[in-house]
Amino acid sequence: MIEFVNFYLFPALAIGSIYALGAVGISMIFGILRFAHFAHGDLMTLGTYGVLAMAAIVPVNPLLLIPFGIALTIVSALLVDRYFYKPLRELPTIYTVISSFGIALVFRSIVQLVWGSQNQVFFTGVKPPMVLFDTFRVSVLHLQAVILTAIIAVLLHYFLTVTRTGRSMRAVADDPELAEVSGLDTAKVIRWTWIIGASLAAIAGTFAALNTSVHPNLGWNLLMPMFAAAILGGIGKPMGAMAGGFIIGLAEELSSYHWIGDDALISPSYKTAVAFVLMIGLLIFRPQGLFKGRLL
Amino acid sequence: MELTGLFFYAVSLLILGGIYAILCLALNVQWGMGGLFNAGIAGFYGVGAYTSAILTTPASSKHLGGFGLPVPLGLIGAAILAGLAGWAVAKICVRLKSDYLAMASIGIAEILRLVIVNESWLTNGSLGLSRIPRPLADLTTGRMGDVVFLGFVWFVVLLVYLAASRLHDSPWGRSLRAIRDNEASAAATGKDVEKFRIQTFVIGCAIMGIGGALSAHYFRFLSPTATDPLLVTFLVWVMLMAGGSGNNRGAILGALTIWTLWSVTEIFTNRLPPEWATRSSFIRMLLVGLLLQVVLQRFRSGLLPEKSPPVKFRKE
Repeated sequence: MIEFVNFYLFPALAIGSIYALGAVGISMIFGILRFAHFAHGDLMTLGTYGVLAMAAIVPVNPLLLIPFGIALTIVSALLVDRYFYKPLRELPTIYTVISSFGIALVFRSIVQLVWGSQNQVFFTGVKPPMVLFDTFRVSVLHLQAVILTAIIAVLLHYFLTVTRTGRSMRAVADDPELAEVSGLDTAKVIRWTWIIGASLAAIAGTFAALNTSVHPNLGWNLLMPMFAAAILGGIGKPMGAMAGGFIIGLAEELSSYHWIGDDALISPSYKTAVAFVLMIGLLIFRPQGLFKGRLL
Repeated sequence: MELTGLFFYAVSLLILGGIYAILCLALNVQWGMGGLFNAGIAGFYGVGAYTSAILTTPASSKHLGGFGLPVPLGLIGAAILAGLAGWAVAKICVRLKSDYLAMASIGIAEILRLVIVNESWLTNGSLGLSRIPRPLADLTTGRMGDVVFLGFVWFVVLLVYLAASRLHDSPWGRSLRAIRDNEASAAATGKDVEKFRIQTFVIGCAIMGIGGALSAHYFRFLSPTATDPLLVTFLVWVMLMAGGSGNNRGAILGALTIWTLWSVTEIFTNRLPPEWATRSSFIRMLLVGLLLQVVLQRFRSGLLPEKSPPVKFRKE
């Protein structure tokens, strides 16, 4: 039991919060701009490298340097939207999907060009886990990830339900034409979508990198589970995407627990396939997601 | 001596160009005619490559095999299996918005890669398959074998091209374009949209499998790390966009143009000092990514724009 909590449940929650933060951006972009953003994973990578570059100069806890990563992702996301996605807005959205596919590669080659393609780490050595109630040994990082994600979830919920901008974002996600004729500032809504999506991407990327290591494929490898989480939560439902992220994270990690007998239920090498299988199941039986999102 | 080197360079360029032309024709069926976004080209390519390799290699204790079938049968097997994989994806996703198909196709490519890496009884894992035979290998010896293989590849390109043109001109192709351009009105005239889309996707994937199989026979060795899956997928997309989606000749022209650009720039960048030579591949990737953006925004119809086939009336 204790082994289950220490080695499976807490890592799973940490991974779940990484997926949750990434999936919120994907779900909001899909809901408001109506396209699957294939460059979201590589946007995460870019933010992570921004934090890494600052960490080389300022020797403090990398979590404190996340704002630099956020600044980098926000600027890149807004520039990319302005120069590459916006000109395609009038066309069928599939052209924007193709474009974002290309942007993913552009982001990655920039990262490789500037920082090289080798594995890098924020710190070396092992950090002792924190002992809770004399029984549970939890990595500090995992705890930080889960707590920060919870705080972000509360703030995001407040932003979307109380502030004017947040409410217009939900209106545009519901019905863009109606929102436009009622005089909502669509350009502002789109700008805020990118700002939120890009900030959360930088945070998620940094946690993912602290959990393992920094490499140019970091974000791309997370893209699939994040799409699955966004669909699971229902497109255009940020809170649903959060829940979806945790469900996918738990399902992935717990699938390799020895539920029956002594062997892992599913070989850990197939861990990443779990998210995909869940996504396929959803697309067949419940494409609108668990929480009644919209089916585009 | 310089001249023979150049000759064989051109041969290898044209062989790979031909393989890319096949992939590009396949994508043209899916995207150019059917408007379906496939982001998992590398996955279907991989299925084709492994199927044909396993069917044609001599027996080995390290992986499934020992069928020793002739290469053309390997190609057919590759097409069938890749088509089946495509059918599974299409069956699930075609009724949804095309973005979902894109996500699912990238997911299936990822799963197929996991299977290839992990199931070593089937594929010998990351060590790869070797001793894959070439077709018509006993005609010549040494480097002339490449020239024979070049002929074989372009013979297959010709067959695929003829099939694709026939599809393009046929009533089937016309219905497909109608569905692509206006799904509602095509459905209103009684076209089974879902059935047409599944057929399109399966045909495209089967052709991609053939392309993969040819590459296995060309390199004679196959391993999961041999090619960067994303790069293959991406290059094919850029080729089709630049060449002209919807036009079969455009697809072949785009494949040859982009592949020549991609390979020839490699010659120049390899002469750079070593610390720049490794980085130059990223610069090339960056430029190809930007090229796609330019094509999408300014030259959406490509080098050879789509042309509707002329309507022919039967003579009385």
